[in-house]
Amino acid sequence: MPIIRVDDLTFRYNGLDVISNITFALEKGIYLGIVGPNGSGKSTLIKNILGILRPEQGRVELFGESISHFRQWEKIGYLPQRLSALNAHFPGTVAEIIQMGLPKKDPVTLRRTLEMMAIGHLASRLIGELSYGEQQRAMLARALIRRPDLLIFDEPTTALDPETREIFYSLTREMSRTDGTTVILVTHDIGVIGQYAQNLLYLDKKVIFSGTFKDFCTSPAMTGFFGPISQHLICHQHDQSRGATADGFI
Amino acid sequence: MDLFDIFHYGFVQRAMIAGVLIAAVSALLGLFLVLRRFSLIGDGLAHTTFGSVAVVLLIGISPLYVTLAALPLVMVSSLAIYKLTSSRKINADAAIGIVSSLGIAAGIILASLSGGFNVDLFSYLFGNILTVNNTELLLSFIVFIIVVAVVIYFYDDLFAVTFDQELAQSMGIKTGRVNVILFLLTSVAAVLAMKVAGIMLVSALLILPALTALQLSVSFRTTMIAAVGFAVGAVLCGIVFAFLLNLPAGAMIVMFNICFLFLVFAAKKLSHLRR
Repeated sequence: MPIIRVDDLTFRYNGLDVISNITFALEKGIYLGIVGPNGSGKSTLIKNILGILRPEQGRVELFGESISHFRQWEKIGYLPQRLSALNAHFPGTVAEIIQMGLPKKDPVTLRRTLEMMAIGHLASRLIGELSYGEQQRAMLARALIRRPDLLIFDEPTTALDPETREIFYSLTREMSRTDGTTVILVTHDIGVIGQYAQNLLYLDKKVIFSGTFKDFCTSPAMTGFFGPISQHLICHQHDQSRGATADGFI
Repeated sequence: MDLFDIFHYGFVQRAMIAGVLIAAVSALLGLFLVLRRFSLIGDGLAHTTFGSVAVVLLIGISPLYVTLAALPLVMVSSLAIYKLTSSRKINADAAIGIVSSLGIAAGIILASLSGGFNVDLFSYLFGNILTVNNTELLLSFIVFIIVVAVVIYFYDDLFAVTFDQELAQSMGIKTGRVNVILFLLTSVAAVLAMKVAGIMLVSALLILPALTALQLSVSFRTTMIAAVGFAVGAVLCGIVFAFLLNLPAGAMIVMFNICFLFLVFAAKKLSHLRR
């Protein structure tokens, strides 16, 4: 049973197709990178998958259930591209926000998650007082605290310093490999995605490419689309990463 | 007159109890509204209340039941504001403006049809908490219990929706349901607050205690408690001083709310300077 199945999904806004006829499935434990230019519909696709937006056409299934009947939201950790309307005066503390929606507030798990994202010292600070990077780390901690089966990150590392970015990528890759967590990472950075993801979905309002990196790197159609140099660079990053893993460096 | 003598009067006791209950309810809901940038919804609903009261008075319902009778229309108006804002084609402030002007215009026409503005209608415009009757006292108590129960039961959902609606949706929270509950409760609070502060000043009861508490935020829960504390303090001080100085209670309550806000602002500024 795929963790996510998207079938012929079309979403329109003001009569215009934002994404059209998107079809793909994602199996357990797969690390999927979704890439595409600005306005290609990456975030719209994610919002349709999570039921935040309702498609005009098509079907989304999560864990084998239609999105309209899906109730096991605790299985999903989501980090939006940006908080849609974060009020700088919002009086919630980092601890309150990370534990938001948790049925059981466990201080040990909270402390461990905070320390994992190196924000243990910010637990009692108000979220609005933090820098954007610190807020992003807090939101990452919120997505990770339940150790969910499916993690969805929309441009998660834009405000992170290189060190935290590395922690984030290593952590999500480890969760994918050891716990079988399925990860979707939306990013502009196709080079980074080559290092971490197994599968790639290239989107530009419709699916340009969907498959494994191996397929991507040997696809003549993709050579035509990206040009041989760009394709080589992406695939080189991916090969290096696989090599490092095989040698046991990670 | 001795200060404590005023507490012997039945109408003062009713005013104090109803005032405290309504102020607490308004402050609790107000915090969510202010943070969601729906601060002026109280104003909009109060104006609709004016229209509703005009309808009720035109029909000839006893003044004892005006508050109760005005409720359904104001609740429908709150849902209209919600529907307009969630269409994404109209901004929240514009939606509130539409419903608000409709309420006031309808109220003026209806008041004119019923022979002009009479004393009853004026009393709702400016409020008079000292005239709270037993029906309104009972209604205030019931609404207080309902609002506190709803806030406790839906606390996690309200917190998440107030923090970020899209994030809340991704957690499986039925944000539409939470919003409808918040808007409906606000409409009930606005109708009751009309008796305390008058239609002209209803929004002050929703906005000011929340704003004051936000200046002292340590966490979400403490901010909620502080908002209720400031609201209750303003009502008690307002009623006592209004009685002693023979001034309108509603306006005095609002003035105390503003005083608290400025005092907290000043104290905060001072503590920053000392650091």
